[in-house]
Amino acid sequence: MAPTTHTDKAYEAELRAIRDRLLEMGGLVEQAIAASVRAMTERDTDLAEQVKLRDRDINRMEVDVDAMCRRVLALRQPAASDLRFVTTALKIVTDLERMGDLAVNIAERALDLSQAAVLAPMHDLAKLADLSEAQLKKALDAFVTADVSKAEQVMQGDDLLDALYLKIFNDLLGLMMEDSRNIRRATSVMFAAKHLERFGDHATNLAEMVVYMVRGTDVRHPRSRAPGTAEPER
Amino acid sequence: MRPDPSAIGAVAADPKMETRHLVVSYGGKSAVKDVSLRLPGNQVTAFIGPSGCGKSTFLRALNRMNELIPSAETEGEVLLDGEQVNAGRFDAVELRRRVGMVFQKSNPFPKSIFENVAYGLRVGGTRDRAELAERVERSLVSAALWEEVKDRLQESALGLSGGQQQRLCIARALAVEPEVLLMDEPASALDPIATAKIEDLIHELKARYTIVIVTHNMQQAARVSDQTAFFYMGELVEVGVTEQIFTNPVERRTEDYVTGKFG
Repeated sequence: MAPTTHTDKAYEAELRAIRDRLLEMGGLVEQAIAASVRAMTERDTDLAEQVKLRDRDINRMEVDVDAMCRRVLALRQPAASDLRFVTTALKIVTDLERMGDLAVNIAERALDLSQAAVLAPMHDLAKLADLSEAQLKKALDAFVTADVSKAEQVMQGDDLLDALYLKIFNDLLGLMMEDSRNIRRATSVMFAAKHLERFGDHATNLAEMVVYMVRGTDVRHPRSRAPGTAEPER
Repeated sequence: MRPDPSAIGAVAADPKMETRHLVVSYGGKSAVKDVSLRLPGNQVTAFIGPSGCGKSTFLRALNRMNELIPSAETEGEVLLDGEQVNAGRFDAVELRRRVGMVFQKSNPFPKSIFENVAYGLRVGGTRDRAELAERVERSLVSAALWEEVKDRLQESALGLSGGQQQRLCIARALAVEPEVLLMDEPASALDPIATAKIEDLIHELKARYTIVIVTHNMQQAARVSDQTAFFYMGELVEVGVTEQIFTNPVERRTEDYVTGKFG
């Protein structure tokens, strides 16, 4: 079926602008998380400071996207797919802003650790970072192309992240028990790992909203549904 | 679970009104093509669709108003309480009492407010003054107009504002105690405040009547109706619970219409 655009070109442009802004924001978040982890593994304090500074751009975009969405709701009374798109945008922007904050948190761990010698599970941490970044990228792709199966892959991929986080956690625990002089650095790395795991969770939230946007069914919290209510159709 | 869109009329196992394979044409040109639709009782059903889609023609078929147009031909069945009403033997005048109509441009008679509402009752044989007065008052109360006109019932109806005239026409339709009220763009000539009063009135009326409203204003359909039927080029494209039509319609054409991608 040939894609159709809104007869009102100004309206079409307003919706497109929201989409573009969100993607721009997503791009900044991808850069931020990659930079923050590199700052940690390469002990690059300048890079860590840059991540913190650039977070202001991400925050500003959250305010922008919210304002743009509110404007469309007030002036256009969007319906059907447009309504789902705008309400999804309102939610996604919050997840993206939090993900930006998590990158800042990791950058702060990097600053903290830059003074000390490198601790062992760093390569696992880099792997966790790669996975989390990939989750965000895939979720954003799913959003752009309205691809439900891609979104579902993100939702299913979260288990792998959780498993890797658990491994890192246990390895760090081991190091702490081995030698109490490791504790300070180990806890910093543990926080960073936790931030990455949370980052992955937000990517999953994003993917769930994409499913809603495309299909019109809300697939969040399947285990929390009231007894007797139907499991949403995927 | 996505609600089954075809279940909208089936929600009411016994719909108040129903059409089966209804076809209406003007001089051989079909305006309504094979429409089978159920209208649940004590609910508001809205018909939406672009100009010329057949929604007003279909509305008029429900109380056989198309018969007043010489070139119009109708096939198929129209049922009220399960009984076919568009077969020759069913009295069209009686049908139009039970299935009343309100039009886009309000058309009060050039008579007093009282006489406008009493007219249908007089024609129906009611003579007793006390009874007329009581039923006129009741109708004006039902149409949310009584308080505004109770002290000037003998004044000309033409002195009322547009919104008041429209409510007078509703009172006139209600006076003969219909079961169904058909409304063809009832508020399109009214300002936002008058429109809101009409919409509020519709909400109150559905407790006692079944209401069908044709509107070209989608937001109005979204505000007032329980279910919405989308017509396009004489066909019934989709019918469903109003919330679903406006959040997640099944048909691509419905989606394109409600999001403004038509034209």
